[in-house]
Amino acid sequence: MDLLLDNLDLVMFLVLVCLGYTAGSWAEKKHYRSIEAREKELLSLAVVTAEGSFPKNNVAQAVLVTGSAVVSIDYFKRLLAILRNIFGGRVKSYESLVDRARREAILRMKTAAQEQGAGMIVNLRLETAAIGRNANQKKQIGSVEAIAYGTAIRFNRV
Amino acid sequence: MILTNVSTVPGKTIVEHFGIVQGSTVRAKHVGRDLMAGLKNLVGGELKGYTELLQDAREEATQRMAEQAQQFGANAVVNIRFATSSVAQGAAELFAYGTAVRVE
Repeated sequence: MDLLLDNLDLVMFLVLVCLGYTAGSWAEKKHYRSIEAREKELLSLAVVTAEGSFPKNNVAQAVLVTGSAVVSIDYFKRLLAILRNIFGGRVKSYESLVDRARREAILRMKTAAQEQGAGMIVNLRLETAAIGRNANQKKQIGSVEAIAYGTAIRFNRV
Repeated sequence: MILTNVSTVPGKTIVEHFGIVQGSTVRAKHVGRDLMAGLKNLVGGELKGYTELLQDAREEATQRMAEQAQQFGANAVVNIRFATSSVAQGAAELFAYGTAVRVE
């Protein structure tokens, strides 16, 4: 017991790392499952990055649709990234973070387009914002903010 | 007001062109949100407060851009782009820009 109290800092640190690891990987898996399920559901709504051209009497409406998501990293992964900073190389723990934020943003955009009854989204653009601070700084909120936007096209019913 | 991010409005023809319009907003997060985000940051996952903040900021910027276009007498903005920059610590600028046009 005395040993625990003497090294309270270290104990706190270990608790945070364990909490970050378990809760973080659980949340990530859950998020990925939900992303994959929704991606399958929305597969019929095509999204392209090209502008495309449409016959004039075919289009009923064109609207700008957007979606955004802010996803933060857990304590354990941030620790990994800090260690990675020493040796350099591929920071795997951040790749999944960015991937999740972008896919979530695209999904939200697609949902917004579907609500409008769109048949297609053209000219998809992705943007990264910085409301929180950089993902890789100590004692700061490590998060990635992704914005996805495009033009939803509603076709005339034939 | 029709907003698109392609260079035309699909299904319509551009008849007049008014040049670039833009709108921007600078937002800072507040302490309460930051505290929650700090806690959430331990376990990772989505920061809902920030997502909301981002969404509000983007809508505001788009609206300001649309207002400017309206003043010119335009009825559509094409080729819209969003961009972000951080002007100060903890604050972010979101701006939207595009070309104001009149379509028929």
